[in-house]
Amino acid sequence: MSYLDNPSSVLSLVTDDEAHRDVYIAEDVFELEMNHLFRNTWIYVGHASQIPNKGDYYSTKISDQPVLMVRHTDETIHVLYNRCAHRGTKLVTDIHGNTGKTFRCPYHAWTYRTDGTLLGVPVRDGYEDVSFGNSCASKGMTSVSNVCVYREFVFAKLQDGGIEFEEFFGDSLSSIDNMIDRSPEGRLEVVGNPLRYMHHCNWKMLVENQTDSFHPMVVHESSAGVVKEIWEDMKQHGNATPMAVECIVPFTSSYSFYEKMGIRTWQNGHGHTGVHFSIHSDYADTSGYVDQMKEAYGKERAEEILNENRHNTVYFPNLMVKGPIQTLRLFKPLAADRTLVESWIFRLVGAPDMLLERTAMYNRLINAPTSIVGHDDTEVYERAQEGLHCTNNQWMNFQRHYFGEEGVAPMEEFPGTTEAQMRNQFRAWKKFMHSVSDQSGVQA
Amino acid sequence: MNLTEIDLVDFVIREARMLDEQQYEEWLELFTEDGFYWMPLEFGQTEEKLTTSLMYEDLLLLKSRVQRLSGKRTYSQLPKSRCQHLLQTPTVDKIDAPNNDYRVFTPFHYVESRNDEKELYAGWMKHSLIVEDERLKIKLKRVDLVNCDSPHRNIQLFI
Repeated sequence: MSYLDNPSSVLSLVTDDEAHRDVYIAEDVFELEMNHLFRNTWIYVGHASQIPNKGDYYSTKISDQPVLMVRHTDETIHVLYNRCAHRGTKLVTDIHGNTGKTFRCPYHAWTYRTDGTLLGVPVRDGYEDVSFGNSCASKGMTSVSNVCVYREFVFAKLQDGGIEFEEFFGDSLSSIDNMIDRSPEGRLEVVGNPLRYMHHCNWKMLVENQTDSFHPMVVHESSAGVVKEIWEDMKQHGNATPMAVECIVPFTSSYSFYEKMGIRTWQNGHGHTGVHFSIHSDYADTSGYVDQMKEAYGKERAEEILNENRHNTVYFPNLMVKGPIQTLRLFKPLAADRTLVESWIFRLVGAPDMLLERTAMYNRLINAPTSIVGHDDTEVYERAQEGLHCTNNQWMNFQRHYFGEEGVAPMEEFPGTTEAQMRNQFRAWKKFMHSVSDQSGVQA
Repeated sequence: MNLTEIDLVDFVIREARMLDEQQYEEWLELFTEDGFYWMPLEFGQTEEKLTTSLMYEDLLLLKSRVQRLSGKRTYSQLPKSRCQHLLQTPTVDKIDAPNNDYRVFTPFHYVESRNDEKELYAGWMKHSLIVEDERLKIKLKRVDLVNCDSPHRNIQLFI
């Protein structure tokens, strides 16, 4: 029996505090996630600074759908499916580029305006006697109609109907706000290309790990612990603490440190670690940045912004944002056991270069396929992906600090090492695996 | 110290052999105190610090990598990785003894293997060398992958 024959049967795979292995290893469950979960929820597409000029585009995927985000001639941002309406050829393949005023198909030279409307078909009289006006082709490139640009962060929902943007994210947007507000000018810019790291595991393992405060002291002892040891040895020579040490050593913090950090959850699967403080709280400022912030916002507001040191904020289903260090990770699902992780960085516009230097350093030290921190994370995910094939025990356990009655209030707080945010994600998983798209299935 | 092209070529080839044989303590001694190992993320990248790289590491980080590889709780090295460098004959780009500046350019293929996986990387390495205490040392080793911007699996050892 395939779950595809009876899609609602997947709902029994998730209980309040456990998840069946099939949500990680079964290809048909993955297919249902692409058809339902990733169509019913608001997915991060990109940042407006990636396409500053008219005609600029960025090509990516929303779940398994090739799309592009483009700045139209009237400056508005459109998200279009990346295929020629004629015979399916992808219109652009560069990740970033400028297409001018039109997209031109390299196959038969059909052209489209940057809002997707069909502009021209060569030798059009060949279509005079056919019912071209009734075809999908005549409608041009299909645009994703549900697009929301929130303070330059572009999100899209493929399925029409269903939950609105504001209701879906609620107060969780405060983490994106904090990242933006950390710029003295209130503006972010994407810098460079993302790191792209291929994982042989299910996308949910990566998302779960973002708020797993019970693993760093175990998994990262081998990397952060070693840096700490070597640095302590060198420190006796009286050097100032290097940025790399500031970035990596807090990963060895104790259970009680992570417990006290706290976790906050919001409705619809969003949540973050670091309610009270985090591993990002103690970065030195030698560049005059804090003074610059006080000048820009006033002392009180600047302190309010800078004292908010949230660790990882998960935007369900597949985005993670780190405000205090200005990084963003997108977990792109490719198959039940394949996930591409993209790690992006932002410049705080108007802030000293030192902050960008730390952001770039953090990205390569922690998120790169060459990262000594990442290597051990990847190892545990991939061991789990294989271990789940054992048939004697078919469940993943998420009971840590579960006392029942979760997910009732719009916002809830927990001790830091709880698995409450994972349970929160699975409640949202159940909610969006079957809502609006049940009847229509995959749209033509 | 009078260095010939053969000395420089030999240095690069011996360095690769040290890495293949995992003689890491000896390898670390090839770097100057302020030496760096750089693997850019973008093709033709010119900026080290203000944009992302795959690696841009000083001796503190390189030593940490080496020490980590042999740690009892380094789970991603249980079992250990192995690697192999295949170098094209290095080209000496510069011998400037008065300014203590030596440059060598070396196309390579590199294989890293662990468990049943085997990844092939290709690219070019550029060594910026100086003479210090009568020995050649690495001021900067830059490794450019042909597909630097592609998705990668773990790269755990040193190219």
